Amino acid sequence: MSEELEIKELSDVVVRFSGDSGDGMQLAGNIFSTVSATVGNSISTFPDYPADIRAPQGSLTGVSGFQVHIGAGQVFTPGDKCDVLVAMNAAALKTQYKYAKPGAAIIIDTDSFGPKDLEKAAFKSEDYLGEMNIDPDRVIACPLTQMVKDCLQDSGMDAKSMLKCRNMFALGLVCWLFDRDLDIAFNFLKEKFAKKPGLAEANIKVIQAGYDYGHNTHSSVANVYRIETKNKVPGRYMDITGNKATAYGFMAAAEKAGLKLYLGSYPITPATDVLHELSKHKSMGVTTVQCEDEISGCASALGASFAGALAVTSTSGPGICLKSEAMNLAVIMELPLVVLDVQRGGPATGLPTKSEQTDLLQALFGRNGESPMPVMAAQSPTDCFDAAYEASKLALEYMTPVILLTDGYVANGSGALKLPNLDEYPAINPPYVPEELKGTWTPYQRNEKGVRYWAVPGREGFTHILGGLEKDSNTGAISTDPENHNLMTRLRQDKIDKIQVPDLEVVGDKDDADLLIVGFGGTYGHLHAAMDEMRAAGKKVALAHFRYIRPLPANTAEVMKKYPKVVVAEQNMGQLAGYLRMKVDGFVPYQFNQVKGQPFVVEELVKAFNEITNK
Amino acid sequence: MAYTAQDYKKGQPRWCPGCGDHFFLASLHKAMAEIGVAPQDVAVISGIGCSSRLPHYMATYGMNTIHGRAAAIATGCKVANPNLTVWQVSGDGDGLAIGGNHFIHANRRNIDLNMILLNNRIYGLTKGQYSPTSPRGFVSKSSPYGTVEDPFRPAELCFGARGHFFARAVATDAPGTVDILKAAYNHKGSSVCEILQNCVIFNNGTHESVYTKEGRAKNAIYVKHGEPLLFGENNEFGIAQDGFNLKVVEVVDGDWQKAGVLVHDAHCEDNTLQLKLAMMEGPDFPIALGVIRDVEAPTYDESVTAQIEELKAQKKYHSFAELLETNDIWEVK
Repeated sequence: MSEELEIKELSDVVVRFSGDSGDGMQLAGNIFSTVSATVGNSISTFPDYPADIRAPQGSLTGVSGFQVHIGAGQVFTPGDKCDVLVAMNAAALKTQYKYAKPGAAIIIDTDSFGPKDLEKAAFKSEDYLGEMNIDPDRVIACPLTQMVKDCLQDSGMDAKSMLKCRNMFALGLVCWLFDRDLDIAFNFLKEKFAKKPGLAEANIKVIQAGYDYGHNTHSSVANVYRIETKNKVPGRYMDITGNKATAYGFMAAAEKAGLKLYLGSYPITPATDVLHELSKHKSMGVTTVQCEDEISGCASALGASFAGALAVTSTSGPGICLKSEAMNLAVIMELPLVVLDVQRGGPATGLPTKSEQTDLLQALFGRNGESPMPVMAAQSPTDCFDAAYEASKLALEYMTPVILLTDGYVANGSGALKLPNLDEYPAINPPYVPEELKGTWTPYQRNEKGVRYWAVPGREGFTHILGGLEKDSNTGAISTDPENHNLMTRLRQDKIDKIQVPDLEVVGDKDDADLLIVGFGGTYGHLHAAMDEMRAAGKKVALAHFRYIRPLPANTAEVMKKYPKVVVAEQNMGQLAGYLRMKVDGFVPYQFNQVKGQPFVVEELVKAFNEITNK
Repeated sequence: MAYTAQDYKKGQPRWCPGCGDHFFLASLHKAMAEIGVAPQDVAVISGIGCSSRLPHYMATYGMNTIHGRAAAIATGCKVANPNLTVWQVSGDGDGLAIGGNHFIHANRRNIDLNMILLNNRIYGLTKGQYSPTSPRGFVSKSSPYGTVEDPFRPAELCFGARGHFFARAVATDAPGTVDILKAAYNHKGSSVCEILQNCVIFNNGTHESVYTKEGRAKNAIYVKHGEPLLFGENNEFGIAQDGFNLKVVEVVDGDWQKAGVLVHDAHCEDNTLQLKLAMMEGPDFPIALGVIRDVEAPTYDESVTAQIEELKAQKKYHSFAELLETNDIWEVK
């Protein structure tokens, strides 16, 4: 995990607006760059007019483009290829797609992809995405023309004038994707159309509508946030988002364990893409059930687990609250279950499209009774693959629910995944009850690791009843015996506490750091970058980043106490810091807490950490 | 292999003496033996409540889960392993109050679950509060001045959720109960069996009019597909249509055709008359017992499996390694 990292986020994004020469792409691009420049981004733009000024509408030669490169640091070129391509019609998609990076988000106006439009753009069929080999997941397809008409129906404008505002809808949507302040765009338009206030008003209305569309549909772009290793090892790679990598990790684990994969889920941003991804792969035998609610998502997964599947439920935000009841049932029944929580801004509905690490304490403690279950956190989009695999392995081998925490940025962010070779992954061996125990076996009989055996329905001689009521440790019958409950509580706790997880790795100046940075999950890239920057400036700094939070790595206390100063940096009000203080005697770290719904900014981290080292 | 009721029995039930659950359990054991699915291929899944203790008295696989979630848990169990015969057991509180959402969606999806609803119109385990099937004005510990809300009628809810099977029996009527349980098993898709049962402690006499054989002879009608809707000690009454409603008619000399008595059609897709039958209640009408609705339709679990098989045949990737190759891949040398 100590490879050098490169984080790429909003600091460097290329957007290409393209459409018919009459579509106003230059204006949309201009406003976007103005808005970005006003908030302090450096910009570089490249207008790409068609050679043939009077080319027929919708034709391949009539496409006009405008590329904007915005960056937090200095930007020197308009960028070779774009991260977001806006294609207002079929011809634009056909001619401009070559400027899109692999994995780029594509925004299209589906109203401009009718049979005639496709014919003019020389498409052979209605499957234009298929023809160009574009993954539909990357496409934000909206009936843009119709929405513009609906938006302006009371404006008194004629149809032709209305259509001229389409560019503003696309602009509004791009502003949503990159969190741009619309007021700046509004002011720009008011000035530009000072003499035609009606026109300014119409354009403003349409920008807002485009922005709202992004908001309402929870649109997002995968490559806003990217973490790459700088020195990639040779091999074959694919681009992957955190959510897709998570889904892949579950499929890999199911195959390795020789089990059916079952996902019970209810759509919720930003976790829904895991449901989408797994729903595609029925040819791999994956079963997904879109349930009536979050409760059923988790409960049905537990039913599937009882029936012998690798059972997963995925959620975010308030969904994790609703699942907690059935998660607890999994604790007391000691059945395998993976609960994926893609953390988002809270409380309640909070900030559905934004990212936080605020569910940690809920994951650890947010259930009635003593309810121990392993908690893991993935640290980058590509790490989601390994994390999902490991979470599944833990669940199946220790007969326990496992919570896998990711977050909105890791989930929607992307990275280059070296194609995993399953032969190199550890085997997954669930503790199936040995046949020779037939006749003497009881449901809560444990193996040498303290794990209950798994008797899957269908096996003769092992019928049994599990349930939410406390059971006698010997017979498996319902029991309210005080000593037995005390024992069972401890057995469930011990089983989790004794899980062997890898030691906490310290990177950077691990022998002589003045400051140890501590974090967990999705902030890994930023914390690593902050450490790199400080070390480059001559400071002695190290980083310890948690992937396993329950149980904690065995060397946690040793690492936490080794360095003169420790700062726990997290996107919450100090949940990991509090947990570590509970687990490590006398540990009093500095804290860096930020809850903005945005990823950390490396510069801010460095500033705060420097203040600590200078104290 | 032939099974007996004994093969499905386990433990000593701890319900109150006289509780309807005892009667039902005995009928379930008997029905299972007659159905003959091996105990290891049966899962009995309940929620929480008096009646939800039932799995503990079964020598099958089973779960006594959490309040209201039995149908959801049973759904995952059946979809993940369609070879299992899954019985879901709930009371009126478990199934229709806290679990109402799962109840309607299991019916809508038509998942092959045998859903038992043990209806005693009271919360027994929490010591006597009104339930969603208690009648308006019902006096209980939590409604000392009478409830001010109308009850669910399970059949109406089942039909409203597009349920394809609904049957009713009285707990004390073992043959009637065994009959509908077997019919529920034979029906592919969600099948709701409402069991009218007494709570001797908190709601004694709630189904009094039909709880004894004599009572049923007077106050109940056993409906059977393809047979005329006749009732009374000597079949001297029948059910006929009366405009948009049903009416009770007298049958003279056994000539039910002349009296206009309807012939029961449980297989009719349109549920209008079946619902009317299910909603009949005293004193003007007899209470309908038996299989009221039993209509074939594609089941969720079979459709899920069929879709997977279809896509396995259609798509070229079936393993994780093959899945990876469907992506855009590049090489770092």
